[in-house]
Amino acid sequence: MSEQRVLVMVGTPKGAFILEGDDARDAWQIRGPLCEGWPIRDISADADGALYAAAGSPWFGPAVFRSDDLGTTWSHSSEGLTYGDDGPPVKAVWSVRAGLDGIYAGVEPAGLFRSTDRGQTWTHVRGLTEHPSRPEWVAGNGGLILHTIVPHPSDRARMWVGISSVGVFETRDGGATWHTRNAGVRAEFNPENRFPEYGLCVHKLAIAAGSGDRLFQQNHCGVYRSDDGGGTWLDLTPNGLPGDFGFAAGAHPRNPDAFWTIPLTEPEDGRMMHGGAAAVWRTTDAGATWSREAAGLPQEHAYVGVLREAMAVDHLDPAGVYFGTTTGQLYASADEGVTWRRIWDNLPPIWSVEAVIVA
Amino acid sequence: MPEAGLEAPVVVHLPRSLVALFPGCERVMRVDGRTVLEIVKALDARVPGLANRVLDAGPVIRTHINVFVAGERATVHTPVAPGAEVYVVPAVSGG
Repeated sequence: MSEQRVLVMVGTPKGAFILEGDDARDAWQIRGPLCEGWPIRDISADADGALYAAAGSPWFGPAVFRSDDLGTTWSHSSEGLTYGDDGPPVKAVWSVRAGLDGIYAGVEPAGLFRSTDRGQTWTHVRGLTEHPSRPEWVAGNGGLILHTIVPHPSDRARMWVGISSVGVFETRDGGATWHTRNAGVRAEFNPENRFPEYGLCVHKLAIAAGSGDRLFQQNHCGVYRSDDGGGTWLDLTPNGLPGDFGFAAGAHPRNPDAFWTIPLTEPEDGRMMHGGAAAVWRTTDAGATWSREAAGLPQEHAYVGVLREAMAVDHLDPAGVYFGTTTGQLYASADEGVTWRRIWDNLPPIWSVEAVIVA
Repeated sequence: MPEAGLEAPVVVHLPRSLVALFPGCERVMRVDGRTVLEIVKALDARVPGLANRVLDAGPVIRTHINVFVAGERATVHTPVAPGAEVYVVPAVSGG
């Protein structure tokens, strides 16, 4: 009998919630609201078992919460999470991720911070905000936010980040210098220059299994794959997806050709499931073809959205896939996204979902 | 004129949602300080991290936090008399 448990960690504007199930992913129990009900944009786990939650309170400002007991108790800190007394105030933490050399936090207004003491103190990674393009960074609908942090799986000097609506940057020297990685990505909202170096609305990045060269990207303007660490991007949208727009992105933990996304209607049409019929789109050939997976999902009057951090993939075999909606439903698949089940309802709007396996 | 350290401490009233972040922190604390900034720093010395929840870059009082001294909304520079009552309140503008 397996002792593995699955924790599905949910961030909402009214606190964090943790659902816990066994490896059959059939029965679930929930805890929450956690983190004193603070708005939580992202939750992730470090290899040492600690959980980190990215937070921003309208009253009390930005912070990263940490739990060393799988979410039962939490501490928090924002010591050093500042651009200084002369800089712009940090409003919120949007992403938190364990790297090979510390914990990283992405904030609004866009910037990256690193902690080498498990989130007690933070240091600004200045190289990113000193990029020459910084004066031209423009906010997206969610603000000028660093929402995605993707550490390289084995090279501690390399990392990618996604900033809305600026684009993807990569460092290969531990954060000292950063380089735009947006070649081939469309900017349909910029008719004067559809393929700019930056000023692109990346919504989410996911790194594929393997050596670290393959990335997937859900952008405001399509879904893309890069096989050279973001150097060039191939547009996968024409290969059968119903439209450009979407937020969610999930990569398979072992198969580098498998990826999931959730296309939504364009912003002017509500950022909802196409036709009011909920579906996850899956590829198992690196985006050459797509299949619409809707078994178990509502197919009528499902006017729901799924935000950029609100999809997760676990590491079990077969992999579990999860997504949360802007209307508080949490869906899970225990067969790699083919069939789905609603595992919780009536949560606050779901901002983030992450899944972790614990013994 | 009382000697330094013998003045009546300032009585600071903290909101539930703030003290909940710091296990052991009490709703009413007595600290020394002659301005709001000194008061907050004195609180932070007793409850590390508390200043970050009340102050933003500048430093200024966070947009949706109000500090009242003698019944008036204060800034970090507002003088605080010995024995005064200070209230830290989440602003309704925060939501």
